[in-house]
Amino acid sequence: MKLPLSWLAEFITFPKGFKVESAVAAFVKVGFEVEEVINPAEKIKGPLKVGTVQSIEELTGLRKPIRYVGLDLGEKETRFVICGASNFSVGDQVVVALPGAVLPGDFAISARETYGRVSNGMICSSRELGLGEDHSGIIVLGSKFKVGSDALEALAANDPIIDIAVNPDRGYAMSVHGAARELAMALGLSFKDVDRKTLFAKLVKSKKSGKITVAEIKDKDGASLIFLRSLSGLNPSALTPSWMSRRLSQAGMRPISLAVDITNYVMLELGQPLHAFDAEKIEGKLKVQRAGKFKSLKTLDNQERKLSAEDLLIADEKKPLALAGTMGGLDSEVSESTSRIALEAAHFNPVAIAQNSRRHILSSEASRRFERGVDPTLAELASARAALLLIEFGGAKYHGTSAKGLAPKPTISTISPDEISALIGTTYSPTEITKALTAVGCKIVKSGKKWKITSPSWRRDLLHISDFAEEVARFYGYERIPSTLPLVKIPKSGKTGLTPLQIRRRSLSLALAFKGFTEVHNYPFVNQTQMELFGFTGDRAKTFKIANPISDQSPLLRTHLSPGLLETAARNFARGAKSVALFESGLIFRDIKKLEKATNLSTSKRPSAAQVKELYASVPFQSLHIGGVIAGEAELFGWWGKGRSADWQDAVAITTELLEEITGGFEISSVELAPWHPGRCAEFQVDGKPIAHAGEIHPRITAALGLPERTVFFALVLDAIPVRQPIVSRAVIPMPAAIQDISMFVDESISAAKVAQSLRLGAGELLESVALFDRFQKSGEKQVSLAFTLTFRAPDRTLTGDEVSALRERAGARAAKECGAQIRS
Amino acid sequence: MSSAPISIEPAEIEAIKAQALKAISEAKNLDELKEIKIAHVGDRSPIAKANQSLGQVSMEQRATTGKLIGTARANINQAFDDRERDLILARDTKALVEEKVDVTLPVNRRHKGALHPLTSLRHEIEDLFVGLGYQVAEGPELESSWLNFDALNIPQDHPARSMQDTFFIEPLDAGLVLRTHTSPVQVRTMLENEPPIYVICPGRTYRSDELDATHTPVFNQVEGLVIDKGITMADLKGTLDLFAARIFGPDVTTRIRPSFFPFTEPSAEVDFFYNGRWVEWGGCGMVNHKVLEACGIDSKIYTGFAFGMGLERTLMVRNGITDMHDIVEGDLRFSRQFGTGTR
Repeated sequence: MKLPLSWLAEFITFPKGFKVESAVAAFVKVGFEVEEVINPAEKIKGPLKVGTVQSIEELTGLRKPIRYVGLDLGEKETRFVICGASNFSVGDQVVVALPGAVLPGDFAISARETYGRVSNGMICSSRELGLGEDHSGIIVLGSKFKVGSDALEALAANDPIIDIAVNPDRGYAMSVHGAARELAMALGLSFKDVDRKTLFAKLVKSKKSGKITVAEIKDKDGASLIFLRSLSGLNPSALTPSWMSRRLSQAGMRPISLAVDITNYVMLELGQPLHAFDAEKIEGKLKVQRAGKFKSLKTLDNQERKLSAEDLLIADEKKPLALAGTMGGLDSEVSESTSRIALEAAHFNPVAIAQNSRRHILSSEASRRFERGVDPTLAELASARAALLLIEFGGAKYHGTSAKGLAPKPTISTISPDEISALIGTTYSPTEITKALTAVGCKIVKSGKKWKITSPSWRRDLLHISDFAEEVARFYGYERIPSTLPLVKIPKSGKTGLTPLQIRRRSLSLALAFKGFTEVHNYPFVNQTQMELFGFTGDRAKTFKIANPISDQSPLLRTHLSPGLLETAARNFARGAKSVALFESGLIFRDIKKLEKATNLSTSKRPSAAQVKELYASVPFQSLHIGGVIAGEAELFGWWGKGRSADWQDAVAITTELLEEITGGFEISSVELAPWHPGRCAEFQVDGKPIAHAGEIHPRITAALGLPERTVFFALVLDAIPVRQPIVSRAVIPMPAAIQDISMFVDESISAAKVAQSLRLGAGELLESVALFDRFQKSGEKQVSLAFTLTFRAPDRTLTGDEVSALRERAGARAAKECGAQIRS
Repeated sequence: MSSAPISIEPAEIEAIKAQALKAISEAKNLDELKEIKIAHVGDRSPIAKANQSLGQVSMEQRATTGKLIGTARANINQAFDDRERDLILARDTKALVEEKVDVTLPVNRRHKGALHPLTSLRHEIEDLFVGLGYQVAEGPELESSWLNFDALNIPQDHPARSMQDTFFIEPLDAGLVLRTHTSPVQVRTMLENEPPIYVICPGRTYRSDELDATHTPVFNQVEGLVIDKGITMADLKGTLDLFAARIFGPDVTTRIRPSFFPFTEPSAEVDFFYNGRWVEWGGCGMVNHKVLEACGIDSKIYTGFAFGMGLERTLMVRNGITDMHDIVEGDLRFSRQFGTGTR
């Protein structure tokens, strides 16, 4: 909301020397962010003076009318300038920029020769001075000023505009009048309200008999009241007074025509949107109603809008006239030929206007005000004010008003003033509370500790103790609130600090960082092409689609961390990285469970247990993954020699290390799973459930992304890994270990992990560890040679050679039985 | 064995000693010293021989001569030991000198890893509040629009709903959105727990802003929620002061000023003064009684405060990051600057 200081001054008497900075600080103090302060006069530099036109010489023989003008600037000699405008005569006072002046847009004025004459300056238009849009002619000053005096003063151009942001609960401040009331309160100055009585009396006095258009509210939910004032005899050539068009420009609205300008002016001034209809275009009554059978309406912005049956309209007997509170219709608009006007001001239901605006994706000055709530008593006042302006400046005659509906009764709340201090945490005396609430416009009736408060018509949001507390705290400034710390109490659930899952995510992230991985945060957005490239099938192909994505390039939610991490790896390569190791932890999204639909939820009380259950089941479970990629070398090259390219072992090793950190044990097996290489992917399981995968990325994908061959990737499903119970420590055995080696042939289809497990089970409890120390497969052969070291240790004695070789035999026998191993030695 | 007694002159002993000491001192290395040992110290050396012939010395002279020979032998042995020690030290020192390397050579064979600074910042904030006794709560990012909006006093068609540019999920009637703030976690916490509630909710949030130098459609927030008996706006202010001091240092100044949020009343914006200017940090206020009631908490018994701020903005201001692209693009050079901390 753009507020010229001069306009605010109509409602507040500022002290002498009042600075705009004080107004800015005051607005911020009571909760209005100041976007900027604009002062076009600050962009004008150098001599700008009032001059009287002494002579005009019309230059002839040129393509356009050009005048050579003699000016009295209180100088010894007459100053002559060239001027392209013709809207002035001898004796008029004009604004002259002298050589040396710089106008907005770095427009430097100098003496120059043009059209065969010497021009010693420039006579200025509003636009040239940055004070308005008008460039149809130069500025002719309305009154007589001293020649040679500062023209900025004569123009009252030094008028800073404060642009404030108005929050949705402060719709009452979307007007100069409403904002001025807040500013006066914040500055402790008195507010000069509009004198309604005098204004209404003046209008009644001017009433002349004539035709009246009748209003009707057909949809009582859509509007609570309407004032329709009928006027005629509008002078089609009447111009908007310059002060009014200047203010419209200052507030950021374009002057259009007198009738439209007046409705806009009154809206900016008082906050009530108004609409002026060409009364000749209205057939029968003017009605507030839902669109119903009306199918379309061409609005002022020249758009043919398809109407929804629910749209709230202004219509007549035959056709829609306007989208109520949102935008007028093109056909019923006042035009150059309009002489009869029906001036409408209504109080619409904010929700109905919000819906109009949302359905038609049309946010207007009017709809923004109605959505935020307009003072219901304003329709009468604003329409009267606008009618008087039409009479005064348009020569119109007023014939009377058709008024329907009633303003809702003011709200009355009962509060205990002590609760205000209790909520804010500092003491406000009853006198202070009374002063603050009165300044806001409340009327207070006290009976002991209970106060009955009538909220002002423009503050229908003041209902609850917290609403009044905010007003009091705001009035005295939030800086008065002290700084204390609550004494934290441990909740009944006993839950405090981080959850085991949060601790797990943290420790694995740190572990990966120390292992050389750099963390990235990728957007979780993917597209169908990526999903297909990665080859996701089954659950991992089922995702959610964003209805309004920023870019159609990626409207889907990720079902896996790999697309983001591999794309980011590729981006790093594109920027010159030679090898990268990246990781990410985050949620993934899979549309795999039928979701409930939460229904009939109220917000006035807690939903029932069944509703909460339904509500929770309406949201898909989103699993927390941590994943990483190494592309290129796992160990880097350098002066010491070659690096070592990453391969499946790196992924499996890291995954193993991470899982050893958080699980009590897991199984590994080979699996075919996208996006991994079909023969180089390990699946890790706990209790038969997959919890992690690691291996080399499918060469089709690395090729498509331009990543090195054998780029490796791993992913752990953090929330699928059971939380480990506290570890029960085993005593460290000081007895010596007995070592036995065993080697064998197995078929290549048998995994080393399976053989190790058989050996473990066969060797029994005295086995401390199994370690593979050799693996060999002759090319073309189906048999693999494996050699393991078995380490035995007994808690109470030194094991004999006979004992451990017997155990080794048993281990070998089990491997032979379960894995078809042929023991070699 | 009855030959005539012999006499060994002291000068003779002195000469043997002098010769031995000279040879020992001239030994250049341990090999030479080994030779010298045989010639001047061992069983066949002149001094050993002199000692062996002591039996032939007359009884009157034997004690004196024996003493002379013993002293000379001790001197020779001592000189030998000293020389041997010196030569061993010299040999070892030389060997170590030869093994000297340039320890300034680069040795970065392994990748250098790092946490994303947003993660470290999040840990820092979590640690502060965990230390105060708060719980850290998280929730889904794909969220029910009822929890994201309605329960927070943002009904359909309320202008506040359009303040937040929401990503909606198809089909629209499923009521799913990408959460626009972490506030639905507050609602879930209130639905699942009875007061007292002391919780912070960090996490990822979404709004349909284009990525530019200061905006990103995917960003992080941390919110705080306290519900207990007698909680005041002063408690909110104190908590924010502590929070700001932890993140920006003890000299930071904060201020709160009136604002509007549907889920708080009174509402405020919190700013901090940093590097010579006021920076908007986040929103806060006393939890709106309508929100408490929608979650089944009796607003006549309990009051509470809530606050929320963006982690990206906090990080950018504190660590001098001028372009959001650096935070979201995943270029390793960015995160590596910060290692595993953010200071």
